[in-house]
Order: sequence, then C-alpha cells, then structure tokens
Amino acid sequence: MHSTSSRFGKILPSICLALFINLANANEATPLAEDPVVEQRLIDISQEMRCLVCQNESLAGSRSDLAQDLRREIRDLIKQGKTDAEIRAFMVERYGDFVLYRPPVKPTTWLLWIGPFALMFAGILALLMYLRRRNAQVITRALSDDENKRIDALLRDNK
Amino acid sequence: MGYSMIPEIGHFALILALCVSIIQGVLPLVGAQQGRREWLVLARPATQISFVLLVISFGVLTWCFYSNDFSVLYVAEHSNAQLPTVYRIGAVWGGHEGSLLLWILLLTGWAFAVAQLSKALDEFMVARVLGVLGLVATGLLLFVLTTSNPFERLLPAAQDGRSLNPLLQDPGLVFHPPMLYMGYVGFSVAFAFAIASLLSGKLDAAWARWSRPWTTVAWIFLTLGIALGSYWAYYELGWGGWWFWDPVENASFMPWLIGTALLHSLAVTEKRGGFKNWTVLLAIIAFSMSLLGTFLVRSGVLTSVHAFATDPRRGIFILILLSLVVGSSLFLYALRAPKSTLGGTFSLMSRETLILLGNVFLVVASGSVLLGTLYPLLIDALNLGKISVGPPYFNAVFVPIMVPVLFLLAIGPWANWKSTNLKTLVQRLWVVAVIALVAAILIPQVMGEFTILTALGFLLAFWIIASGVLQIIKQFKAGKPTRSFIGMQLGHVGIAVFVIGVTMVGAYQEEKDVRMAPGDSVSVGGYQIQMVDVRPTQGPNYQATRGTFEVLRHGIAQDALYPEKRNYDSSTMPMTEAAINSGLTRDIYVSLGEPLDGGAWAVRVYYKPFVMWIWGGCLLMALGGLFAVLDKRYRLRLKK
Amino acid sequence: MKAKFVIPLVLFVVLVGFLAVGLNRDPHEVPSPLINKPAPLFNVPQLANPNKSFSPEEMKGQVWILNVFASWCVACREEHPMLVEMSKSHVVPLIGLDYKDKRADAMEMLARQGDPYNFSAFDGDGRVGINYGVYGVPETYVIDKAGIIRFKQIGPITQEVLEKSMYPLIAKLNKD
Repeated sequence: MHSTSSRFGKILPSICLALFINLANANEATPLAEDPVVEQRLIDISQEMRCLVCQNESLAGSRSDLAQDLRREIRDLIKQGKTDAEIRAFMVERYGDFVLYRPPVKPTTWLLWIGPFALMFAGILALLMYLRRRNAQVITRALSDDENKRIDALLRDNK
Repeated sequence: MGYSMIPEIGHFALILALCVSIIQGVLPLVGAQQGRREWLVLARPATQISFVLLVISFGVLTWCFYSNDFSVLYVAEHSNAQLPTVYRIGAVWGGHEGSLLLWILLLTGWAFAVAQLSKALDEFMVARVLGVLGLVATGLLLFVLTTSNPFERLLPAAQDGRSLNPLLQDPGLVFHPPMLYMGYVGFSVAFAFAIASLLSGKLDAAWARWSRPWTTVAWIFLTLGIALGSYWAYYELGWGGWWFWDPVENASFMPWLIGTALLHSLAVTEKRGGFKNWTVLLAIIAFSMSLLGTFLVRSGVLTSVHAFATDPRRGIFILILLSLVVGSSLFLYALRAPKSTLGGTFSLMSRETLILLGNVFLVVASGSVLLGTLYPLLIDALNLGKISVGPPYFNAVFVPIMVPVLFLLAIGPWANWKSTNLKTLVQRLWVVAVIALVAAILIPQVMGEFTILTALGFLLAFWIIASGVLQIIKQFKAGKPTRSFIGMQLGHVGIAVFVIGVTMVGAYQEEKDVRMAPGDSVSVGGYQIQMVDVRPTQGPNYQATRGTFEVLRHGIAQDALYPEKRNYDSSTMPMTEAAINSGLTRDIYVSLGEPLDGGAWAVRVYYKPFVMWIWGGCLLMALGGLFAVLDKRYRLRLKK
Repeated sequence: MKAKFVIPLVLFVVLVGFLAVGLNRDPHEVPSPLINKPAPLFNVPQLANPNKSFSPEEMKGQVWILNVFASWCVACREEHPMLVEMSKSHVVPLIGLDYKDKRADAMEMLARQGDPYNFSAFDGDGRVGINYGVYGVPETYVIDKAGIIRFKQIGPITQEVLEKSMYPLIAKLNKD
C-alpha cells in the first residue's frame, strides 16, 4: 500500500506538470508545405495561371484534381531548379497561352499591351488640340468685337 | 385541387406591361415630334401603370418563391423547401429570368420616380425622357416574354426544388444584385435625358441641371453595389481576395468609371455650360456600358464565375437590343451634336481643364478594362488562338492610368473656374506635397517594408487627404460649407481611404498555411491564433464541421473565431465558411481546410492590415454622393 | 455630319461585329498547342497486363488513335459505344489511355461496355495526361505515321466529328 501511494505520489504531480506545460506552451503549428520557400514560389507562379477545369479560378486557389496535379508538377520543376520562364514554357507547351493570366507580349497582343497607353496619349493630345482650338475661337470673336468698334468709330468720323 | 393560377397573374401583368410600355415609348416621342399634346400627356400615366404592373409581376414571383410553388419552373430550379425564408426571397434574383425581372422592375421604378418628381419640367422634355425609358423597357419586356419567362410552368410540379448554390445563401446575396442594378439601371435616366435633349435639338445646360441628381443617386447605388459584391467575395470565398477582374466585375466597374467622369462633367455643363457634347456622349456611354454588361453576363460569350446559364438565343436577342439602343443613340448623337453651341470660355489652366483631363483618364481607364475584358474574344473571333487576360494585365495597366486621376483629384478643387494661376496653385499645394512625401517615406518604414509602389500609394492617398483637410479648414474660415462641398470632400477622401486600404493589404498582409491540432497555435501579424477544438455541428440545410479558434495578443485572449466546413444537403461540394475578426486597423481571417491525419486539420490564417478601409472608402464615397444630392441648391433649382 | 462625331458609332459597330462572331465561339474550349507537334513520349504499364509496357514509339509507321478515358467519367461511358462501333470497322488502331483511374474499375467498365481498344495503357498519376494537355476526359488524339499529333477532339466523339473530321483525316494520313 505504501508503494502504491508513493507511485501515485510521483505520477500525479508529473501528470499535472505535463498538462500545465502543454497549456502554457501551446505547440507552434507546422507549415503545411514541406518547404515554405518553394511553396511561396509555387503560389507566385500559379497565381498567374488559370485553372483549366474551373476556368474562373487561378491555379493557385483551385481545389480541383487537375489543379492539384499541376501544382505538384510545378513544385517538382521548382525543386529541379527550373526558372519561372521555363516553368511557364512547360505549361504553355501543353495548354497554350490560355493558361497564362498575364498575356505574353507577342504580335497578337501588341494592341492589348500598348492600346491603353496609346489611348491615353491620344486622349491627352486630343484634349490639348481641342483646348487650343477653343481658345482660338474666342480670340476670333474678340477681334470681331474690336473690329466692330473700329467700324463704328470710322462711321462716326465719316458722318 | 389543381395548380395555382397565381403565376399566370404574374405572366399576364408582364404582357400588359409590354403593351403599356409600347404606348409609353411610342406615343409621347411621336407626340413631342409632331406637337400632339394629347399624346404627350400619356407619358406620365403610362409610366405609372407600367411600374404598378411590374410590382405586381415581381410580387407574384416573390410569392411563388415564398410559398414554394414548384409548379413554376424557375422556382423549382433555384429554390427548395429547406431553404431559409430569407434566401428563398433572395433566390428570386438568383437566376437569369428572375434577375432580369428585377432589372425591369427597377427600370420602371426609376421611370416612375422621374414621372413623379418632374412636375416643374417642360412637358415636351418629360414626354421624351419617359418615352425613351418606355422604349428601353419595351425591348427588355419583349426579351423576357420571348426567351426568359420566369413564370414558365413545370407540369407536373416538382416535389421539391433543386435549391440554390450554397455560395449564394448569404445575406450579401440579398442586397448585392438589387443595389447593383439600381445603379446600372439608374444610368438609364441620364441616358434618357441626353437622348431627349438630342431629339429636341436644344442642347442647352438645362438637361444637365435635371440629370445631375438622378445620375448622382444611380452612382451612389452602383458604388455601394460594387463594394458589397467585393466585400461578399472577401468573406464568402474563403481565401481573402476582394477583386478578381472577372469579366462580370469589370462589367459593373466600367459604368462606374464612366459614371464618375459623367458626374464631374455634368457639374461643369451645369455651372459653365461647357462640355455639352462630351457630357451627352458620356451619358450615352454610361448606360451603354450597363447594357453591354447585361449582354456579357447572359450571353455565354465570356468565361466568368458570375455568368448565368446561357442560351445562344438569349445572346442574340440582347445583342440586337444592345445594337438598336446604343446604335440609334450614337447615330442621333452624330446627327445632332455638331449643332450645339459652345459654352463658357475657359483658359488652358483652369478647373474646367483639370476636370476634363481627369475625364480623359477615367474614360481611358474604362476603355482599357473593356479592351482587356474583350480581347480574348477578339483574338478568338479572328482565329488567332485562345488567350487569357487576367489580373496581372489589369493591375499592370489600370494602376498607371489611375495615378494621374488621383493626382488631379487633390488639385482640381483648388483651381478656379475659367482661369487659374499656376503660381497660386503651387503656393496652395506645396504644403500638401510635403505632407504627402513625409507620409510616403515614413509609413512604409513603420510597417516594416519600403517599396516604390507602396510609397506611391501612400503618397497619393495623403496628397488627397491633406489637400482635402486644408480645403475644409479654408472653407470653415469663410463660413458654413455647403452640402455639395462636404459631398466633394467625402468623395475624394473616400478614394484616398480606399487607396490606403489597398496599399496596406497588398504590401503588408501575412498568410500562413499550417497543420493544426487542438492546442496548436500559429502567429501572424503579432497575433497568436490557437486551435481549441473541431467538432461537428448542424445548420438548417447543411451538416458542418466547426472549428473553435482563439485570437490572442500578448497572451491575452481577444476573440474567438468559428470557421466551418459545410456540406449542404443539396450540393456535393463542401463549402468553406471563413471566420473573420474585423477591426479598424486589421482583419484576422481563419479558414478551415481539409482534415489531416492524427486529428489535425489544414488551416489557413491571414493577417490583413487595414483591409476594411477598402470598403470604408467606398462607403465614404457613397456618403459624399448623398450629401451632394441633398444640397438645397438642387431642389431650389428644380423648382424654378 | 462632322467626322469626329461619327467615331463613337463606328467603334460601336465594330464592337458589335466582334460580339456577334463571339456568340458562336465557346470561350471554355482550350485548343491544343500540340497539333502538328510530335506526340510526347512516355512509357507506362498496360492496363490489362501490368508487366507489359507501352510507348507511342511502338506505333511509328501507322496512323493511330489515342483515346483518354476513365471509368469515373460519365461522358466517357456515353462515348464508349461510339468507340466500340469504330473499332469494329478496323479503320485504325485504337489505343486507350486510362487516366487517373483504378485498374479494377477500368477493367470492369471495359468488360461491361465492351473493349474497343487494341489495348489500353495505364496513366495512374495523370502525368502522361498533363504532357498531352489533357484537362478533361474524354479527349482523343489522331497521330500520324511519324508520331505527329494531327487532331485533337475535346469531349466525346460524335458521329459528325467522326465523319466530317476524323475519318477524312485518317484516310489522308494513311495515303502519305
């Protein structure tokens, strides 16, 4: 009996201590990804790609099977040391430009990339030309008024 | 015991509404053209009757949903008996047919408001405005009755409906589409006024005076509608994004950009008589964008998460409608606009020029969004392949174009009408520039990371805020500010607040994807999120697993969060309900992922600094609009 | 009518033109960039006999069809009778690629609905599918004698596609 109570006497405080330590030092959760650096690069790359199944979500966010498979492929490629450009090329080779959310700059997309800025310059130019023309019209009118006065004065003089 | 005849009442009301709309559309316009008074005066009563009929029709559809009448096909496809009442009502506009009926209801509602509040307006003008609105309503009613009848019967009736997409079972659903449509559809009033003035051949400043309050109210609703949609996506989709440059989002954003340009342009036309042609064109374009958006959402032409179930017949009909309405308007514009007179003069350096410059940038921005949204279609139509244009493009293009707008925002109010001295402007603004520069350099340092883009964001935001504060101080010294002035300040500061929110979240948010078991904690942004437990629970029409998480800061518990993973009875797709602890300076966002081995779960935690400022800024802008509309000068002028 | 005021109308007409054409297109379809490119090589075990393997190189010198299918795919099961009919006419070798499937389930499907394939290869983890740009099943490839992909059908093969596109192409490729 004596040995039992002394065993309890040792175990019980240990248990309490263990519980207390657990509550006080909650475990820091481990990242889901094996390698956060690789994972971050994966997210950066796949965020700019379209999920082909859902088509409205990025490859980074989609939960579909194909998206998971493709993310696995990209993860492997990153680990193999491929550059971002090489990984994009890998995807485009298989799925075409459609998979990229950032349209590549090529002759068919020149209008897309340059259009907005061309439009902006054209707009500002048009505005400046319009304002100059407006001011010119005002000056013409003023001249007319002036001329009218001179005409009146001349007429008065002639009388 | 047969099937209820109530849905037929709704259908009949629509048919009657079509007949009345034809009368409303044709007779007053012809009457105004030919000077027939007896046709002119039909406009108001026709408008009133139209509206009442639409209220009846929409009311009937709502009743069908509320009473679970599954003999109506649309109800069976979008609702079921287990759906909570609130979402049964929201489901009325959850699909194509019902949301289109809402569109028309709101169109006739706006027309009704114009009919009631335009007693002081010249009767020829009233006739024309209501006539144009009647024609638009006619087109849409024809569309509904021929291709998208919400009252089509399902006989024999279904036992129970198919139910609503779980994503849409949310309070946000109840408000987002009606608010958005109020805005979209509201631009039809400015459009109708513009067309009316083109038709009358009298393109004077009066139409601008009348259009302004209507446009402002529509703009307020559109701002709120877009903000609500964005906020809804943020808390509902489970991964913290708030804008995706999705084609349908763009479809609502383009009219907003044009509408903002229109608001400012109307102010100039009203005050100074200038820009008449430009303002009329903007009014036409704003509503055209609304119609274009309607086409894009419902025709299946673009890939979008928002797109309704598509049918090529519908696409063709809307395209024809769009072509007729916009095509004839632009033709009328080409015909009549050259005849308008020049407004007041102004020099190169003046408030008019600055507003016009801002307009140019806003229109270019809208054009760029349109280009990006339609480009995949363009390339495909030319058989040049298939490409995607996504957020990276829009962000790269949109931001540089908006920077000048934000820059001008702070300068415009300091410039005088007609002519202003550059030196005076610089004198007034150099203090503002210094404050902005200090903020741009300091804040990133305080937050922990400095990048050019981040600094630019703060530079512009504080440039606007400091300018606004100085204007307010100056104004208070001069006397009590007008509501219009307060409105302007709120609107401009609202954008600055928005920019701060975007910059902060974009640059300083933290995200962690971790494996957590009860007892584990993860730290983000100075907070510790601790998982307490995960247990099953149940809702009215779903089973769920609910996690309990504690948010701690410096060891002190602040709040508890309960993210869920729900399995709705009607859907095989599990839905993630994120739990958010919102605050003025940050959101803590916890999302429950997949269960892992050992009783652990995949958990995603976000720290999002100042994210609420994004929508707070939008609210301020809307509030600004409200103050502007409530300015007594509007009402006094309208009475004259 | 002054010229500049007509510009908005002209732009709008152009826009409507594109939208009209767009109505006839399917924005969801992803055309394959592999057309007229060599069929990606692979070496995977066969479905029925895991000890045997298959590589597209074995098919060089013949025109052949690769059909990607799975037992869990409803559209594949709907397409299957068409394939069975096709195989009876012995126009061209038909090789199946079982995509992300369980061997037993696939074998059961072939037993139940008939096996149109000369034999099937097994792509358990989907890697071959990815290399072929597969994004949904069923997908079918027509490959020529030199191992170049000449045609891809996304979705089930229909009678129309067979008669208007595939058979004429196969006939032409067989002549070369």
